[in-house]
Amino acid sequence: MMSDWEVVIGLEIHAQLATRSKIFSGSSTAYGAPPNTQANLVDLAYPGVLPVLNAAAVRMAVKFGLAIGAAVAQRSVFARKNYFYPDLPKGYQISQYELPIVSKGSISIVLDDGATKTVGVTRAHLEEDAGKSLHEGLANASGIDLNRAGTPLLEIVSEPDMRSAKEAVAYMKKIHTLVRYLEICDGNMQEGSFRCDANVSVRRRGSEKLGTRAEIKNLNSFRFVEKAIQYETSRQIELIESGGKVVQETRLYDSDKHETRSMRSKEEANDYRYFPDPDLLPVQISTDFIREVASSLPELPDHKAARLARDYALSAYDAGVLSASREIGAYFEDTTARLGAAHAKLAANWVMGELSSALNRDNLDIADSRVGAAALSGLLARIVDATISGKMAKEVFEAMWSEGKDADAVIAAKGLKQITNSGEIEGVIDAVIAANPKQLADYRAGKDKLFGFFVGQVMKATEGKANPAQLNELLKNKLHSGS
Amino acid sequence: MLHTLSIDELGRRLSLGELSSVELTQHFLARIERLNPSLNAVITPTPEQALSDAAVADRRRAAGDKAPLLGIPLIHKDIFCTDGVRTSCGSRMLDNFIAPYDATVVARLKAAGAVMLGKANMDEFAMGSSNETSYYGPVKNPWDLSKVPGGSSGGSAAAAAARLAAYTTGTDTGGSIRQPAALTGVTGVKPTYGRVSRYGMIAFASSLDQAGVLAESAADAALVLQAMAGFDPLDSTSVDAPVPDYHATLGTPLKGLRLGLLREFFEGLEPRNAALIRDAIEVYTALGATTVEVSLPHLPMSVPTYYVVAPAECSSNLSRFDGVRFGYRCSHPKDLMDLYKRSRGEGFGAEVKRRIMTGTYVLSAGYFDAYYLKAQKVRRLITDDFRAAFAQVDLVIGPTTPTPAFGIGAKMDDPITMYLNDIYTIGANLAGLPGVSMPCGFVDGLPMGLQLIGPHFGEGPLLNAAHQYQQATDWHRRRPSGYE
Amino acid sequence: MRTRSAPKTVHMSLTRQDVEKIAHLARLEITDQEMPVYVTSLSSIVNFVDELARADTKDTLPMAHPLTGQHQRLRPDAVTEADRHEKYQANAPSVQAGLYVVPRVIE
Repeated sequence: MMSDWEVVIGLEIHAQLATRSKIFSGSSTAYGAPPNTQANLVDLAYPGVLPVLNAAAVRMAVKFGLAIGAAVAQRSVFARKNYFYPDLPKGYQISQYELPIVSKGSISIVLDDGATKTVGVTRAHLEEDAGKSLHEGLANASGIDLNRAGTPLLEIVSEPDMRSAKEAVAYMKKIHTLVRYLEICDGNMQEGSFRCDANVSVRRRGSEKLGTRAEIKNLNSFRFVEKAIQYETSRQIELIESGGKVVQETRLYDSDKHETRSMRSKEEANDYRYFPDPDLLPVQISTDFIREVASSLPELPDHKAARLARDYALSAYDAGVLSASREIGAYFEDTTARLGAAHAKLAANWVMGELSSALNRDNLDIADSRVGAAALSGLLARIVDATISGKMAKEVFEAMWSEGKDADAVIAAKGLKQITNSGEIEGVIDAVIAANPKQLADYRAGKDKLFGFFVGQVMKATEGKANPAQLNELLKNKLHSGS
Repeated sequence: MLHTLSIDELGRRLSLGELSSVELTQHFLARIERLNPSLNAVITPTPEQALSDAAVADRRRAAGDKAPLLGIPLIHKDIFCTDGVRTSCGSRMLDNFIAPYDATVVARLKAAGAVMLGKANMDEFAMGSSNETSYYGPVKNPWDLSKVPGGSSGGSAAAAAARLAAYTTGTDTGGSIRQPAALTGVTGVKPTYGRVSRYGMIAFASSLDQAGVLAESAADAALVLQAMAGFDPLDSTSVDAPVPDYHATLGTPLKGLRLGLLREFFEGLEPRNAALIRDAIEVYTALGATTVEVSLPHLPMSVPTYYVVAPAECSSNLSRFDGVRFGYRCSHPKDLMDLYKRSRGEGFGAEVKRRIMTGTYVLSAGYFDAYYLKAQKVRRLITDDFRAAFAQVDLVIGPTTPTPAFGIGAKMDDPITMYLNDIYTIGANLAGLPGVSMPCGFVDGLPMGLQLIGPHFGEGPLLNAAHQYQQATDWHRRRPSGYE
Repeated sequence: MRTRSAPKTVHMSLTRQDVEKIAHLARLEITDQEMPVYVTSLSSIVNFVDELARADTKDTLPMAHPLTGQHQRLRPDAVTEADRHEKYQANAPSVQAGLYVVPRVIE
């Protein structure tokens, strides 16, 4: 029975740091260049070459450490992780082992039911990325592209604190948001700048001992992480319940078949023979440097969410959505500033609703939105001053989005101004009532539902421009007055 | 004879116009052609490049350039990457490797106007003490062609001894400059770790390797070291400290110099070797030096320490030789594992494979603490011993090698016997200290070396002491017969 | 200097299995003929370095570097390298469409 079991999850996230050059060489880190055009002698591990450390990579790691309340090591050491693989030109990866640059931090996540949970971050360390193996068009062979080899990575290791796939996704999303806030990683999962491995094990509820874990590698979307963990949890439970044992191994998630499978080539346990890299000296970080980096940190997501909730009287959920990125938060605050803080909720609803849908539909980042904060606030102002109804505003928004015009121009061009003149509305109501005597009689006889019919008819006659609140009020009076 | 002149004297004649670099280069190229076949010291001569570089040097001199090394020919140990020229590291693995860049040492000497005559033979990947492990065959000692020249810079030493160039470059990880210098009767200098850039020097043991020079005299070596030394931003282990003028202090009087006599060096020292060292010490006391007995109690552990640390580092450094991007690839690999195992199995010689496996073992799970970690602790003890000694003395004096040159093939059966050739030199590498070996006499008609070890960045005093000894003696001017 | 010379008897030797495992980790093919020689010489080396166990290192920190008191230099984050792949690949064992070709990598 599923409820007898508890799943224990830890995530290892590899975030590619957004430096211009590689961690140990001056080659570009730009994505998408033709194969091996961004791989110099150091990246190619030619005989005699040596690594020199990129200052920006260190700074970014320190930023991350401070943002998660972690200890930043004043002395950290690079170590060699030795293994043979074609995308690893030196035959070892320069990483950090016993003395990582960041250790013991935590982040808080918000669960579906609104509760918060703290997830520990064991450590974060600097290392270099490997190249890529490509297989298309090569019979029985693979082609190695080393453009990516040497790109700086921050490996972020969580404590095994998560107890469901959803918690894991919430953690992953939080880290994703954080690294983008800090501008240390662009978070582009399709391009491989943000990769996640999940360590999953199960144990009987109440047990203190950890079960044998399987590592699922290279999950490059939130959805895949959730599905892979769910699949793996079931797989392990079924395996144990049918008398089998979970093997400690590395598995890959197959997104077509929605299952995890064992990685054949990595089944043998690797002895990485870690030792401090003699080509690099210990990295020293002064308290002055830490202080300087701390003072340069932007407002962090949790702080922004709390502030938005407080200053704009938003729900925790809304504040959370609006602080998912610095750009969304800035957009919302800009719109609200122009509109007036009293209308913050309206602005929030529109940013989370219509704007988000349009961005998603056209696959745009908010920075490239076709309706900017000023334009949106202009539209929302017309709802506030009742020039148009909320429903009409959606139509106006679509026109603004596709035509690039501002709200007033669209309203004028389409003649969409709301009718707010009571006399005018009454006139239309009278006409509609006169044209529908049977429905009038039925309504007065008790068929309340026909109220909607009359509303619809008036809206049709006014091309949707009658102010709904006034219409409701006036129609009610007319229908009940008996005149 | 041109090839018997010091660098100073060559420079003087070149600047007076008595000689051109092209003529000088032709002279050395002719010597290489005539004498190298018997020695196998040079494996890749570069005559065309040399003559072209010499012509450039002559033009620079005509334009007023007075650099001390301008237009003077050298031979580089084949461990330094030289752009456009094969760099084999003495190995089949790199037999087809044309380096696409210059090592910093090569670039600096080139900028100083040096003319490269070719690349010198060496023990494969710098692993050896006799130059018998080279893929290109052993190097012969010009003093006795049946004897080894020492290693791993055996080709550089033999070439320097036979005066195939005005000087040669070498590298020293456990004694690979000093030991062959001693066995071939030349002066060899290993600088302080971090003094000379390692960029472009094919790595053997990263925390021990240093580039240095082999020449006829300490005065010549000082001029070369001056051009080689200095901070390199491409090498994270390169020290950013100014390079003193080594030549300027060669003549400083030695009065008051405190020479340390290491108890551990003199214990069990072969009597004739000991006699030569004592003669040398007398030369120094006559020059005003005093002697102090010191002890480095952990020094006897230096060889086992080295043979854990160096193989560990090299096992990792040599992983990049995998048949994928450059170098030797086995024919028709049937899968990836086969590609790796056969390219490396066929590309590397036995001693290299032995050291890679030793290194892999001492780093492996379960053995790391007992071997690698332990060795690095003993390394600190040895270094601390030296530091304590240098609080009492200015330089340490002693032998360079336990014996004179041995027969080719004599020590190939047991690796340990070969490793023990380095017992006097390894300590300086572990502690990162500078050292020099100079000729100090003969045993059985073969040269013997006197070693001086200095404190960190003590190259100035070291070369000064070496030079003063060479002003008072003439061992360094002896020539092997047939190579005069 | 009195240092232990090559011992006549080997106290702790490596087995053939040990050497096979090491050779595999190091990706070195050792033939059947070569194997006994390596087993002997590696055992001899390991035996020799076992000498280290006699040193008292109880309170000693390991020394990874002779450069005490130095720390890693940081370089500015700038792109300094141009594309030279044609030069570098001119000498490569096997290249196709700019990629280094190896036998199929199975994931």
